[in-house]
Amino acid sequence: MANPTTEPAGAAEPKAKSKPSLATAIHAIFSKNEETDEGKTIARRRRFVMAAVLGTLSVNLLMFLRFFFPRALYEPKTRFRIGYPSDFGFGVDTKFQNQYRIWVVRNTEGIFVISAICTHLGCTPDWKPSENKFKCPCHGSGYDPEGVNFEGPAPRPMDRAHVELTPDGQIEVDLSHLYSWPKGERSQFGDPGAILRA
Amino acid sequence: MAETNGNNVGAGNGNGTGTGNGNGNGGGKVATMVAGAKAVQARAVEEIKETIKAPEKTDLWKSILRVKHDETPRSRALGVLSNVFLHLHPAKINRDAVAYNYTWGMGGMTFYVYITLVFTGTLLMFYYHPSKVVAFRDILYLENDVPFGKLLRNMHRWGAHLMVIMVELHMFRVFLTGSYKKPREFNWVVGVLLLVLTLLLSFTGYLLPDDQLGFWAVTVGTNMARATPLLGHAGPFGSQLGMTPFNDVRFGLLGGSIVDSNALLRAYIWHCVAIPILASAFMVVHFWRVRKDGGISGPAPVVLESEIKDVKKI
Repeated sequence: MANPTTEPAGAAEPKAKSKPSLATAIHAIFSKNEETDEGKTIARRRRFVMAAVLGTLSVNLLMFLRFFFPRALYEPKTRFRIGYPSDFGFGVDTKFQNQYRIWVVRNTEGIFVISAICTHLGCTPDWKPSENKFKCPCHGSGYDPEGVNFEGPAPRPMDRAHVELTPDGQIEVDLSHLYSWPKGERSQFGDPGAILRA
Repeated sequence: MAETNGNNVGAGNGNGTGTGNGNGNGGGKVATMVAGAKAVQARAVEEIKETIKAPEKTDLWKSILRVKHDETPRSRALGVLSNVFLHLHPAKINRDAVAYNYTWGMGGMTFYVYITLVFTGTLLMFYYHPSKVVAFRDILYLENDVPFGKLLRNMHRWGAHLMVIMVELHMFRVFLTGSYKKPREFNWVVGVLLLVLTLLLSFTGYLLPDDQLGFWAVTVGTNMARATPLLGHAGPFGSQLGMTPFNDVRFGLLGGSIVDSNALLRAYIWHCVAIPILASAFMVVHFWRVRKDGGISGPAPVVLESEIKDVKKI
C-alpha cells in the first residue's frame, strides 16, 4: 500500500510539459515557425489577458477624463432682477458691475444691458466717464458708451444680455441668453429682447 | 500506515511514534539542521565582524555611496553601473565640455532652482488653503505674520521666474552649440516637454495667490483655450463637434464656465502634485539620456602630454 504521492517525486521528469516558462510562451508568440497547438493556446491566452488588462485601463482612462467634467455647477445665477426702468437715467450705469458684471445703458432707443466682458480675452473693461468710453485694462480695447469697439484688439462689440419686463414692472436680465454683433455679420442688437424700449 | 508515517517525518521533524526507519531518518535530519544553523550563525558572526572592521566593503555601503575604483576605463564603467547617484554626477567627464563659457551651467542651475522650488513650495503648502474664501488671506498671512513666510514665498516666486528664464537660456545654449543634433535628438524632445511643463507650472502657480494679477492672467489664458481647434467651442471645427462653453477643453481645465473655486482647486492640484511628478520623471530621463548620449556635447577632449604621463604613473 504505497503512498501514491511519493512515486512521482522520483519518477517524473523535472521539466513538466504542462507548464512552459514565460520565455517559452513569448518565443511561441513571436516566432514565425510552425507553432504547436499548445503554444498557440498559450499565446492566445496571453493575448486575452493582455487585451483584458489594456481594455480595463482604457475604460479607466475614459472614466478619468469624464471625471473632469462635472454635471452640476455652483456658479452665480444668470437670471436676476435689477429694478424698474425709471431707476436708470440716460447713459451708462455701473452700479451692478461688481454684483452681476453688467452695465445698464439707456440711450434714445431704450434700455439695454451690456455683459461686462471684453470680447478680446474676457477681462472686465473700466467705464471712464471723463473720456466717455469703456477701456479694457488687459490689452487696451476701447468701446463707446454703447459697447461698440473702436480701438484695440477687440474683435466685436460687447455682447448684450436678454432683458424683459416682469409682471410687476421690473427689468429681468438673462445673462445666459446673449445678443452679439460678430464682425461682418448681422447685428442682433435690434432683436426682440435685446433692448427694452421703455 | 507506518510507512506513510515514516514518509512524513521530514515535515514532522523527528516523529517519535514512527518506525525505526522513520526515526533514523528524522534523527539524521535534525543533526544536519542543527549543524547547518550553527554554520549560518558562524558565518553571520564573521560577516558582522567584517562589517565592523571594514564597512566600506559591504554591498550596502557600495550601493549607497561612491566607491573608489582603479583608474581604468573598465572600473570607471563599473562605477557608473553600480552607483545610485550616477545620473546626477557622471563618473568621468570631458573637461572641455563643462567649461562655463560653453554650458553656462544652465541645466544644472535649473535643476538646483527646481529643487529649491519643490522645497519652498512644500513649506508654503503648510499654510495655504486652495479655497476661494481664504487663499488670498493665506498669502497675506504668509507675507505678514508667518515667521520667514515672506522669505519663503518670495523665494518660491522669484525662483519660479528664474526657472523659466534659465530653462529658456539652457535651450538657447543647446541650440547655439548644436547639441540637439544626432545622437541627442531624443533628449531635445524631452527638453521641449520639460519646457512646456515648466511653463504649465508657472501658469498654474499664477492663479494660486488669487489676486487680481493672477485671476485676470488665468482668465485671459483660459479664454484662449476657447479657440482650441476641435476641443474649444470657439475654435475651428469646435462647434461642429458639439463643443459648448459647458463641455469644451476650457471647461475641463476650469471645472466650470468661469474662473472660480473649482479652477483654483484644479490649478492647485496640477501645480502641486501632477505636473511636478511628470516633470521629475522627465528630468530623470533627461539626465540619464545626457549620460547615455556621451555626456555633455562639445569638442573632442584635449589631453596635455603631461597629463598622459601622470596617468601612466598610476
